[in-house]
Amino acid sequence: MNIVEKILARASGKDKISPDDVIFANVDKVMVHDVSGPGVIKVFDKLKNQGIKVDKLWDPSKVWVAEDHFVPSAEKISAENIVKLQNFTKNYGIEKHFKYGMGQYGICHTLSHEEAMVLPGEVYVGGDSHTNTTGALGAFACGLGHTDIAYVLLNGKIWFKVPETLYFKLNGKLPDHIMAKDLILKIIGDIGTDGGAYRTMQFGGNGVDEMSVESRLTLCNMTTEAGAKNGIVEPDKKVLDYLDKRGAKNMVLVKGDSDAEYAKVYEYESSEMEPTISKPFSPENTCIVREAPNVDLDKSYIGSCTGAKYEDLEAAAKILKGKKVKIRTEVIPAAISIYKRAMENGLLKIFLDSGVTIGPPTCGACCGAHMGVLAKDEICISTTNRNFPGRMGHVDSQTYLSSPLVAAASAVTGKITDPRDLN
Amino acid sequence: MKGNIIKYAKDNIDTDVIIPGQYLKVHDYAELATHAMEGLDPDFHSKVKEGDFILSGKNFGCGSSREHAPIALSHSGIKAVLALSFARIFYRNAVDGAFLLPIEIDQDAYDEISEGDEIDINISANEIKNITKNQTYKMKPFSEIIGKIIAAGGLFKYKPE
Repeated sequence: MNIVEKILARASGKDKISPDDVIFANVDKVMVHDVSGPGVIKVFDKLKNQGIKVDKLWDPSKVWVAEDHFVPSAEKISAENIVKLQNFTKNYGIEKHFKYGMGQYGICHTLSHEEAMVLPGEVYVGGDSHTNTTGALGAFACGLGHTDIAYVLLNGKIWFKVPETLYFKLNGKLPDHIMAKDLILKIIGDIGTDGGAYRTMQFGGNGVDEMSVESRLTLCNMTTEAGAKNGIVEPDKKVLDYLDKRGAKNMVLVKGDSDAEYAKVYEYESSEMEPTISKPFSPENTCIVREAPNVDLDKSYIGSCTGAKYEDLEAAAKILKGKKVKIRTEVIPAAISIYKRAMENGLLKIFLDSGVTIGPPTCGACCGAHMGVLAKDEICISTTNRNFPGRMGHVDSQTYLSSPLVAAASAVTGKITDPRDLN
Repeated sequence: MKGNIIKYAKDNIDTDVIIPGQYLKVHDYAELATHAMEGLDPDFHSKVKEGDFILSGKNFGCGSSREHAPIALSHSGIKAVLALSFARIFYRNAVDGAFLLPIEIDQDAYDEISEGDEIDINISANEIKNITKNQTYKMKPFSEIIGKIIAAGGLFKYKPE
């Protein structure tokens, strides 16, 4: 069995499972945020009306809560959602609630690794599609809707059809001007936004072994944009060290068997990689940066669970150091812990000196929620994950997806720019 | 189950156009319905009728896990979406929450069924009949678990053996 089959077999109490088997998996961790939490509360209200008991969760210690989409509260409705979420965690005895304005908080997927909320080998479900991100720690991490999350909160398990696995093998270490984001955009361009549909996308090879945990998180994060059920990287010492530093204990490494089966294997050569973007209006609409359209950008956005981890900010700072931005540029660190490290290491000064506006952690403009959304006809280059019509604001705005290096280089020139071409 | 078609002849209709992100904070189902399909078809809300079906291409509902998407369509009156294929979270949200039926159709049905056609969906026979044009197509049968959850009326009413 491969790693996903082994995790799901353990979680469903079976010795062996195969793709297409339907199982009920016991869940190890579950997450809701300020959008899915109120959605789940609404499902609970419906269930109550149907006479189903919702007075107790299966295990509040396995549940954690993030405030990320509309925080700091964008207006009245989002403020009320935060109050609802607060009452929910209080009433059900959930202790791990990361609240803005009270120390560490941030985007749920970022907290999943920054706070070691999820461990290798676990089954982790979250009320958000980019829950796939956390598979980079070697967990089965999968996004679900409100009804399914409500079911997990009450029953501790959920059904899955065991996915086939697509294996993406990267040969060689990525060169300095290429980030994991370039690779995942290229993969999505190759297989399309339904190329991974219902399947696992697993990443391996010595190129992935060489990558930092944060880079692997970027790969798994955007498996969602290929339609995948989950993304995963087999855990190694880097993952253990990363989580150990963040207080994780009792970690068990699950890996695939040597005769594990994969539905298909794709190979990529690091030496052939080019800085890559996705043009409007789909992540699969990719091209290399040196062949990008010659558009006048209005904005550069360096944020989100995809593109505002510490190493993403570090990459942007490397470009922006001593330079001035030519277009509106926002940097939104994905969690307070990252914000703080960026301050301690001088990154924030580099950003401010270059003219960037720095915002508090939030999903913010990535999903068109607030704090920097786009006007009609505005064109943005962004380190985020989606560029469907209206994703970051007006339905007639445009978003180009890129790595933090490309977004920062483009901020300096106002054009979509390969970091190698910046003087 | 009979209904009339609203056709969007394109692939990859994503959750950002089904219900734009700015409405994710809204959890009032009737209000969500007023914004359904706003990113693609601002006239949707005025033209949709109770019991209508949507017909679309590949990968319907791709993007986010927002259950707001099937909720907004369902509370607009949509009882089924007929598509060449579905994105996974939209599909399971539609079924587990019992919001609407996701029906996988073949290329002929997609090409030949037009806006406004009256369709009869017969799940037990795995058939969809175009009453307006008097043509019958096969639909892809539901997998066993999906069939059982639909028959039960959603995940909470389904009792695993």
